[in-house]
Amino acid sequence: MTRALALHLAVLALLFAAQFILPPYHHTNIARIMVLAVFAMGYNIAFGYTGLLSLGHALFFAAGLYATGLGIELWGLPTLAALALGLAAGGAIAATTGMLALRTGGVSFMIVTLMFAQAGYLTILYFGTYTRGDEGFVIERAARSIASLDFSSDTTRYFAALVLFAVALLANLALTRSRLGRSMIAMRENEERSRMLGYNPFKVKLIALVISGLYAGAAGAAYGVLFGYVGASFATIQYSILPLLYVLLGGAGTTLGPFLGAFLMFYLIDISSGYTTAHLFVVGAALLVLVLFAPKGILGALRDRGAKWLP
Amino acid sequence: MAAMILSARGLSKHYDGIKAVEKVDFDLQAGQIHALIGPNGAGKTTFVSLLSGRITPSAGKITFDGADITALPAHTRVALGISYTFQITSIYANLPVFDNVALAIQRKGTRHLHAETMAALDRVGLADRADQTAGTLAYGHQRLLEIAMGLSMTPKLLILDEPTQGLANAEIDAFNTLIRDVTPETTVLLIEHNMDVVMGLADRVTVLNFGETLATGTPAEIRANAAVQTAYLGGEADAGTLRDRCGLRKCAGAARAKP
Repeated sequence: MTRALALHLAVLALLFAAQFILPPYHHTNIARIMVLAVFAMGYNIAFGYTGLLSLGHALFFAAGLYATGLGIELWGLPTLAALALGLAAGGAIAATTGMLALRTGGVSFMIVTLMFAQAGYLTILYFGTYTRGDEGFVIERAARSIASLDFSSDTTRYFAALVLFAVALLANLALTRSRLGRSMIAMRENEERSRMLGYNPFKVKLIALVISGLYAGAAGAAYGVLFGYVGASFATIQYSILPLLYVLLGGAGTTLGPFLGAFLMFYLIDISSGYTTAHLFVVGAALLVLVLFAPKGILGALRDRGAKWLP
Repeated sequence: MAAMILSARGLSKHYDGIKAVEKVDFDLQAGQIHALIGPNGAGKTTFVSLLSGRITPSAGKITFDGADITALPAHTRVALGISYTFQITSIYANLPVFDNVALAIQRKGTRHLHAETMAALDRVGLADRADQTAGTLAYGHQRLLEIAMGLSMTPKLLILDEPTQGLANAEIDAFNTLIRDVTPETTVLLIEHNMDVVMGLADRVTVLNFGETLATGTPAEIRANAAVQTAYLGGEADAGTLRDRCGLRKCAGAARAKP
């Protein structure tokens, strides 16, 4: 067993143990952070590893959230099937977006993905009859369970979030060590060289974006079932920026960065909003410090300062 | 006559009326080492970029291995067996040396990626630096890494754009051996300013000038060609003065040429 694998398993063990000692408030917070971290991990696969700076990932998250939510509420799907639909929706919407947006690069890619996400948000509002628009809808408690597992109970919810997080994290670790992962990193590092090694940049980036969309879709689907609320606010630009901030804070192109970033950012907002209504000011200040002193994020900085083995 | 692995007919590339490459007919015989020479701005890099697919031609046709590849994108041409190394070293500077070569090898699909990568690195003498970050290698080693990346794709045609630029003499000797080793399985097309390398290595030489073919022939024929001497050396020169007149920076290699 390598150091890297040991570290990942230790993080998972710590999170498993934490549920027994955490007070209820933080218990729910950590469950939420783990689901958001899965979303951020997906974002990191596109941005951190492949170099695709997307401003439209809220669309993929919302695709998972709404496919699952509407699947249960509107079409009466069983919960497990609705979750699978959410996962597939995230991947499918990412594939569709990618096929069009990946014709561009750089700043144009940011703008095109942003536009797609805005179009998705407006679509949700437009079909307000079904989606209940801004107000959103609650997934009834009876539907938030599979067999005897009731996801509205704190213990089960935490455990479900942990399982999702563990699968996502270990899959991410495996991806970074795979040939596909290497060719994604190659795209980020030197696209022209990769093309002249015989890689089709469009294809590699599209695969990365679909994997990223699957992560976001899974996170969205799980969020709906675990926390029971589906609303258009999850499709706004804010939810495209949040995973970017998590990843930048924790360390782009590191497997544990998204979780660390989500954890710190969540509590930074949580704690600072207890003291001031200007909690976004605190977030901004924290980001300035980050950009000035650790532009590669916390784990990125650690990797540069000796911990070269961090995946 | 031996098979032609690559042929170009009427190949042209114009930039806003500037004829970088103009109606070039070109044949590459399988298994040979073919050198492309010419003064600065003659269109050599543009020409090989057309062959590798990095840029699209304004007119003309390219056939490779009997198939028309004119419309194929660069990455498809690489998959067909045309490998290209850059004039300005283009490696993955932030990745380990190992990953640079592994990326070239893994695309073909292999079950022994680690062993094959180490063997490819060993061939250019970089095996003991596999874990080093590529960007921290000395310049000569970066050039060798670039060549290793090109070779490890086991291409049918290897296009090298000024491979020996910036290499020390000992490294150039190693390079010559390396290239001789891969022929005739691999056909080699190289742009080269070092006349030692051209004369010592090439089976055939093509001279480009102002985007057009000036002459094609064996190294001896090219050396004796009056038109080439005029283009290269600005008139009045004869073969014997080649090394005297090549004091120009780009002709540094010729200064060491045997008369």
